[in-house]
Amino acid sequence: MHTKSLKRILHRRGKVGMKRRRSKVGSFFMFLGIFLLAAFMAFPLYYTVIQSLKPIDEIFRFPPTLYVNRPTMDNYGEMFRILANMWVPLSRYLFNTLMIAVLGTGLHVILAGMAAYPLAKHKFPGKDLIFAIIMLGLMFVPQVTFVPSFIIISKLGLLNTYWAQLLPTIGVSLGLFLMRQFMEQLPDAMMEAAKIDGATEFRVCFQIVFPSVKPAIVTVIIFQFINLWNLSGGDVVYNEELKTLTQAMSQISAANAYARYGPSMAAAVIMMLPPILIFVLLQRQVIETMTSAGIKG
Amino acid sequence: MNNGLLQQMKKYRESYLLMLPYLLFFTVFTLVPVIVAVVISFTEYNMLTPARFVFLDNYIRMFLEDNVFLTAMSNMVRIAVIIGPVSYILCFFIAWVINDLNRTGRSILTTLFYVPAVVGGASWAVWRLLLSGDQYGLVNNFLMSLGIIFEPIAWTTEESAILPVIIIVQLWMSMGISFLSFIAGMQTVDQSLYEAGMIDGIRNRFQELWYVTLPSMLPQLVFGAVMQIISAFTVADVSVQLCGLPSTNYAGETIVTHIMDYGTIRYEFGYACAMSVVLVLLMQLSRALVTKVLSKVGS
Repeated sequence: MHTKSLKRILHRRGKVGMKRRRSKVGSFFMFLGIFLLAAFMAFPLYYTVIQSLKPIDEIFRFPPTLYVNRPTMDNYGEMFRILANMWVPLSRYLFNTLMIAVLGTGLHVILAGMAAYPLAKHKFPGKDLIFAIIMLGLMFVPQVTFVPSFIIISKLGLLNTYWAQLLPTIGVSLGLFLMRQFMEQLPDAMMEAAKIDGATEFRVCFQIVFPSVKPAIVTVIIFQFINLWNLSGGDVVYNEELKTLTQAMSQISAANAYARYGPSMAAAVIMMLPPILIFVLLQRQVIETMTSAGIKG
Repeated sequence: MNNGLLQQMKKYRESYLLMLPYLLFFTVFTLVPVIVAVVISFTEYNMLTPARFVFLDNYIRMFLEDNVFLTAMSNMVRIAVIIGPVSYILCFFIAWVINDLNRTGRSILTTLFYVPAVVGGASWAVWRLLLSGDQYGLVNNFLMSLGIIFEPIAWTTEESAILPVIIIVQLWMSMGISFLSFIAGMQTVDQSLYEAGMIDGIRNRFQELWYVTLPSMLPQLVFGAVMQIISAFTVADVSVQLCGLPSTNYAGETIVTHIMDYGTIRYEFGYACAMSVVLVLLMQLSRALVTKVLSKVGS
């Protein structure tokens, strides 16, 4: 339903867009501006890749170059060698990060999705209040609440466990908000029909609502996965074998910045790849979801 | 009456059950921390000795005794006042321009502008390298070869350079979720409105933007603004990763880095929580303000 209306809009854009008035000079300057901005955005990423491919003599060449003469994968080999010789094997860090990212994403999507459905479609007492509080929660980001969170995690006896990193990520607001806004657009008739056939709300939620909001679910998965992939958890976890890949990678560059320029750039490239790939592959769903994600002023 | 409410609630039993698991996590890990922060902000507490009630002392100390807090506050306001609007307008401008492209061009540029927001910690290493204080640092090298500066500048430790550096790097990574929401918002605008606008005498793209596009995507504008406020007020990682904690003479201190200082280094939780409370209030205030301004759009 939703996909169709979006397609129609995209289709019509092609026809109608042509007729709209566009001055050539204006277009030129606007695209010049975009080009300069794009260059600013891309440059640090480009330089990371270039540096990671340079052999050691080119890394320290003066003046520094913006291209690579003899590209090599040495830095990547060196990076994996450093990681292999760390006290805790690389596979453990990778496992930690993946476990937190997969479990945290999965639980958040399912639980927030279950809560989003009644908040979007039912008219129970207290609905507006609950939603308003959850929206307020958008502002209670970790940067603001890490001190009281630390106290709570410590009082619950969760310090220095996987749970300390995992549990707080399940109850964030953003995913619920995105899914709820998307669900609000579903036609009521869809759910009514199932209820007349005797389906419980639980079944309606899982068998009718969830399959109809796939773009929103995919979007929340992307945002949450990227967040958790970048999670470092430094405040609540101290054992080396509980640390995440992000922490391990940052240790490479922090330990000896000069001698390890090459490997730390290689590490940066490796860490950047998963979030970028996920977004490139699933971008369409994200944009479709964001069309419904507005706040009425 | 009361009976009616209970019956209503009973009727929606399943709705409450569906929300229960999420609300449990939300309450314990998002809501309770804020309540705890408010309570602790009135005490002196370090987790080792029992909390001592001090009422408003922490708040008084913040504004009257802690000079570094005032520095942090003024830095944060400067950062937020620049990054908030600049990034918001840039996000919108870029979304607006690339909306006229075909699908492939739009996807490529969307990805390019969005990616810096998601690579997060992986980019610190390259920024340290670019901003390096010697002539190997590309920024120094470039400016010197153009003759704009004559000796290298220590971008991340030189007091006067710290704040501009933080702002520029933060801008680089700020085309996040609000940018995506604007791109999506542009696509929801009803195309027949543009035709109607042309008939009504809209002459150029800026009139079209003001009278048609902006009012149609107001919900996305508000959502984007809320997201921008949150990220502009919580700038901290850039400062800590590039300039250190603390930075030279606290030139890069923000409220969040100041909270880190007291919360994770000095273990003065009461004071750290009081600062969190002030920060949340500031964010709420600017959110109310911005929402009000945005409601004037297109009129």
